[in-house]
Amino acid sequence: MNLQSLLRYSDFEWWIKPTGQMRVPAIIYADEQLIADMDEKVREQLTNVATLPGIQRAAYAMPDAHWGYGFPIGGVAAFDPNEGGVISAGGVGFDISCGVRALRTTLTAHDLEEKKTDLADALFRSVPAGVGSTGAIRLSEQEMDNMLCGGAQWAVGQGYGNPEDLEYMEERGRAFGAKPDCVSREAKKRQCEEMGTLGSGNHYLEVQRVAQIFDAAAAEALGLRENDIVVSIHCGSRGLGHQVGTDYLKSMVTQGYRPIPDRELACAAIHSELGQRYLGAMRAATNCALANRQIITHLVRGAFSRILPGVNLTLLYDVSHNTCKIEEHYVDGDRRQLFVHRKGATRSFGPGHADLPPSLQAVGQPVLIGGTMGTESYILVGTGESEKLAFSSACHGAGRAMSRTQATKRWHGQQLIDDLRERGVLIRTRSFRGVAEEAPGAYKDVNAVAAAAEQAKLARRVARLVPVICVKG
Amino acid sequence: MASWEHFSHGSDIGVRGIGSSVEEAFEQAALALTAVVANVATIEQREIVEVRCDAPDLELLLVSWLNAIIYEMAVRRMLFSKFRIALAGYSLTGALAGERVDPERHQVAVEAKGATVTALRVACNPDGQWLAQCVIDV
Repeated sequence: MNLQSLLRYSDFEWWIKPTGQMRVPAIIYADEQLIADMDEKVREQLTNVATLPGIQRAAYAMPDAHWGYGFPIGGVAAFDPNEGGVISAGGVGFDISCGVRALRTTLTAHDLEEKKTDLADALFRSVPAGVGSTGAIRLSEQEMDNMLCGGAQWAVGQGYGNPEDLEYMEERGRAFGAKPDCVSREAKKRQCEEMGTLGSGNHYLEVQRVAQIFDAAAAEALGLRENDIVVSIHCGSRGLGHQVGTDYLKSMVTQGYRPIPDRELACAAIHSELGQRYLGAMRAATNCALANRQIITHLVRGAFSRILPGVNLTLLYDVSHNTCKIEEHYVDGDRRQLFVHRKGATRSFGPGHADLPPSLQAVGQPVLIGGTMGTESYILVGTGESEKLAFSSACHGAGRAMSRTQATKRWHGQQLIDDLRERGVLIRTRSFRGVAEEAPGAYKDVNAVAAAAEQAKLARRVARLVPVICVKG
Repeated sequence: MASWEHFSHGSDIGVRGIGSSVEEAFEQAALALTAVVANVATIEQREIVEVRCDAPDLELLLVSWLNAIIYEMAVRRMLFSKFRIALAGYSLTGALAGERVDPERHQVAVEAKGATVTALRVACNPDGQWLAQCVIDV
């Protein structure tokens, strides 16, 4: 992106002043290098978002922003329904409530060493991953609706995990206001065989080692020490969410709010019938994602207990980074209920926020940033400042630096797997091409993204994690 | 000469079909979609699935067509390597020929989540060739 056209507010905050149809400014949080590497499409999409009715304060881009669908990925925008605010299927994304969940274990890297290969194989057998994979759970029509209303709470009720897990999820593992009757028959059919599956692409299940602690007090509050083993799960709402995204994008394109600067920005007024139907379906898909990550957690615990009996896995936190949530925020001194879209962005409530469980009150909400199978992931925590900066939001990942086509030309899956094994990282996959497409070198530097999030005061770095085992879809 | 290709998108992938008619361009775009998911050359045509879709214009019809294929791939756990369509205005009937997915033999890469309206274009070039393209979320 051309830096000349931006107004440098600080080293980590860059503004596009409102011009033309823009109702609010656009603000990008990143360092100079990250912005220079961003696609011009981020500017175009962000300024388009700034034209939408009811938008509050600004359209924001996180340090990992890149070209998305209407909204940039790494985009945040909040809308007031009482000022004609809208909800956008592209502003949430196709993989509704895609997110990351981190689990603490009672293991250190040393404890794992002897059993690493066995654990990799057990996880690969236990968690269905990749194109065409199916889960063991089949839901009746009524059970499907119960799952869509209950999310992770439903899953725990079915015996997948513990009630304590729910403490460490956004909205305690259940999006309220889900309407299964707003989810199409096709979407439900697409989910029939996909409960408890990981998916493919950039989704993964990783066993990771805590390689570095940045903030000792926060790490202690999260129960993390150097060389501890943690597990991260990155996946979303599977076929159901994808179909809900598909169905409502079509409806919003043909029947949604007008005028919009670009068809891909299709949206509906929150107060409209279509807007309300999408909200009900999106929340149902959110519950599907939460239930799915909960079932996978159960499968992961089972694999651990077979290979390493007695090891305990507790939920550190679960974040969704493709969402639209109702939250209270201050705008011009008034406390208002806003619909906050985070497309490839993570909620980052600061210390003391009422929605956080007691053990996180002092430290803030964990922000889980996924890396790639060969590089790092990060755990950050939300700051008090992030509310004013970007409606309590931070980044979600590294973001691609290279297309899938370029990546497959440059790397070969088997070679990558061999190289990573040499470096102590075990990969389990059914797709060599999938591994090549997800090559670590095809992604931007997640270290720079995490550092920029901290420097912009969106979140604070707590720990850096490196992969030990990675199950790829 | 009908053909297909992929084009770059920030995190996902664009599919483009080129042909001497709209039908041919749509069929080629479907092959490009399959090539996102797997190696087209490895997919045998053992079974035929029919789909129907309609839309208010030709561009949205392309999105509906690709989404219909994505849906059939997902619910049937199949991959398709031959496509035939008949157009009537902004409605189409399509035949998809393929087989059940075999991850190793088909050299699968990634699932397609949905066809988007991003970089969506259906147009006739000055040389008379039709082009049909959009970005696929994977």
